[in-house]
Amino acid sequence: MANVSLAQFHQTFFDESLEGLASMESALLSLDDGGDTELVHGIFRAAHSIKGGAATFGFPEMAAFTHEAESLLDELRDGRRAVDSAIVELLLRTVDCLRGMFDRAQAGEPLADAVSENVRQELAAAMGHGVAVAAKAEVSDQADAWVIDFRPHPTMLAGGNEPIRMIRELAELGRLEVVANCDALPELAKLDPSQCYLSWRITLHAPVKRSAITGVFDWVEDECDLKVEPLLAVAPATAAVPTAVRAANETPAAPRAVREATANSETSSVRVGIDKIDSLIDLVGELVITQSMLDPFRDDFDMSRLEHLRQGLAQLARHTRALQESVMGIRMLPIGSVFSRFPRLVRDLSNKLGKQVKLDLVGEQTELDKTVLEKIGDPLVHLVRNAIDHGLESPDRRRAAGKGDTGTLRLEAFHRGGSIVVEVSDDGAGLNRQAIINKAIQRGLIASGDNLGDDAVAELIFQPGFSTAAATTDLSGRGVGMDVVRRNVVDLGGTVAIRSTEGKGTVFTITLPLTLAIIDGLTAAVGEERYIVPLVSIVESIQLRGDAIRSVAGGGELFRFRDGYLPVIRLHEVFGIAGARTTIDEGLIVVVEGEGSRVGLFIDELIGQQQAVVKSLEANFRRVNGISGATILSDGSVALIVDVLGLVRMQGRKKAA
Amino acid sequence: MAKILAVDDSASMRGMVAFTLRGAGHEVSEAENGQLALDAARGSRFDLVLADVNMPVMDGISMVRELGTLTEYKGVPILMLTTESHTDKKMEGKAAGATGWLVKPFDPEQLLATVKRVLG
Repeated sequence: MANVSLAQFHQTFFDESLEGLASMESALLSLDDGGDTELVHGIFRAAHSIKGGAATFGFPEMAAFTHEAESLLDELRDGRRAVDSAIVELLLRTVDCLRGMFDRAQAGEPLADAVSENVRQELAAAMGHGVAVAAKAEVSDQADAWVIDFRPHPTMLAGGNEPIRMIRELAELGRLEVVANCDALPELAKLDPSQCYLSWRITLHAPVKRSAITGVFDWVEDECDLKVEPLLAVAPATAAVPTAVRAANETPAAPRAVREATANSETSSVRVGIDKIDSLIDLVGELVITQSMLDPFRDDFDMSRLEHLRQGLAQLARHTRALQESVMGIRMLPIGSVFSRFPRLVRDLSNKLGKQVKLDLVGEQTELDKTVLEKIGDPLVHLVRNAIDHGLESPDRRRAAGKGDTGTLRLEAFHRGGSIVVEVSDDGAGLNRQAIINKAIQRGLIASGDNLGDDAVAELIFQPGFSTAAATTDLSGRGVGMDVVRRNVVDLGGTVAIRSTEGKGTVFTITLPLTLAIIDGLTAAVGEERYIVPLVSIVESIQLRGDAIRSVAGGGELFRFRDGYLPVIRLHEVFGIAGARTTIDEGLIVVVEGEGSRVGLFIDELIGQQQAVVKSLEANFRRVNGISGATILSDGSVALIVDVLGLVRMQGRKKAA
Repeated sequence: MAKILAVDDSASMRGMVAFTLRGAGHEVSEAENGQLALDAARGSRFDLVLADVNMPVMDGISMVRELGTLTEYKGVPILMLTTESHTDKKMEGKAAGATGWLVKPFDPEQLLATVKRVLG
């Protein structure tokens, strides 16, 4: 039993502590808006739990750090100190420091850093403890060293009170000399193990107050005889205790290093609601029943039972689909955990910029794949920062534009079809069309004569190196790269679109797949090969007459699509497939879109729509340009998944060359 | 071996306590606040209750006080698991009817030693 490894509880401790920190943060923000004492209690409890856990699971620096915060919170809780914005600010920074400590703890790095040390000192200073308090201590209650005579009553152990705990607690105050008196110990035959026969004379070398010592014994004050005296007043103790059997120097216990620096501390976990697990178990149960229903057909089947077989297979299909959805659901987490960081961000940023911003969060319960959830945070932060920095105006400007002083920033998540949509919208100034066009001309992105539609102008801000700051407002600060935002979202298999009305505001719409593991796609035939084209990137498919194709210099082909010309990419050429249709009017053009550019993929024909379970090509073979992965079709053959973005980029390079 | 109720709002703490005690052969039930602990205590007779002090919904001290009003819990030892160094909390716990306390942080061996002693 001695080898209970505390490391096995670390992940639980991290998970619950990060949740605790999130609730601390949101409670602190509410407190800032004038909250009640129940909020302070909640914050205190969270800090208290983290401190207790940190000390138990081998993170002494974190325990010490949290202790300072807890002491301050204790004063707030008891009403000894009023809540003001400076304290809220300090406690918010405390929360940040603790988050950093948890990150480092998970990575197995040292916990404290310069920032946390500063905050710890600020916390201590806010408490005003240290010098000021010590100076006020009464002289008679203070000594450099103490002698403690501790005689437990025989019944003390039976009450669950272990003297060693009190001695250990004393050891935390300073260096101890402990001498046990065994005079009262009976011979073994008469010894009752539930009785306490020992007493102790303890010398404590620490300049503490008497109350610090008596406090240790408070619980047992009616179960022991206790004398506490300054060291100088008593004679040396050794001679008075002839049968001393043990003399020990107890120093504060060294922090137990139970933390195992494991290489796989990145292994993340998902907390799954018990209802999801229950539904999985139900479904597996159904599947087993269906299987047992189908089993007899294996050995004994005639056509009269065809209808039963069909029913069974239909049931199997239904349960398999339900099971698939259910298993996917385990990875799904509400987006609220990402949204929850924004109240803080918006508050800090709007204070800094002197703007008034009301944040609306809608659809926090909308669930997203865990991987998507972890990666969508940064792009959203970019968009929110941009909205506050460049989109929303200062109160003066808003008044001048006939709007209320306070701007509204809205984050909304919802389902649309098989996708999740996250919208970041503001009622600010919107994009300044002319400024963007000027900037784009200056950067050489467009020619001065180009006549661009509103959508095309908005697209310009996603170009690498395009500074949005100069384009939308005259606020100082560099525009953060919208190209980075788009790339992050595209990497997740999603898209970003922008809709802006000058003077009214801007809406960014991020569309994300429900999961990364399965995509909806159309199966396309090229010769004998099958390719999957992701449905999200398909605009439409058309059949062209041969004479609709214009050849251009350099061997490229173009066709007219709506109000412009698009290049043709012949998949059989790109992938070197023999035996495919090569005449345009015998095949089909699938118009696809990636990064705002459209191209026409020339294929033989479309076979149908299907869900494809994505298998990595890179992990099993190697990276191939124009292919994002592979999947297994129902007949057991392998189909490659077309990387639309890669093809569009390849086309772009060809054009540039 | 004894039936023990472990009450703590922190899942990691509860996990550590329960794991340690189960390893020593005890039967352990868990509750995450005082109210749930009382519900559990009414439904079943425990030989020992280990309770955190600071918990949402119902704190440990109120829980101990309530437990004391149940006749079947007369004489059942209750240990408070606490980081509270505040003397008033300890006394409050004792006045409410707790048998003793175990100061966090404690390690599995300290826990087992204390439980062994209290159970006699």
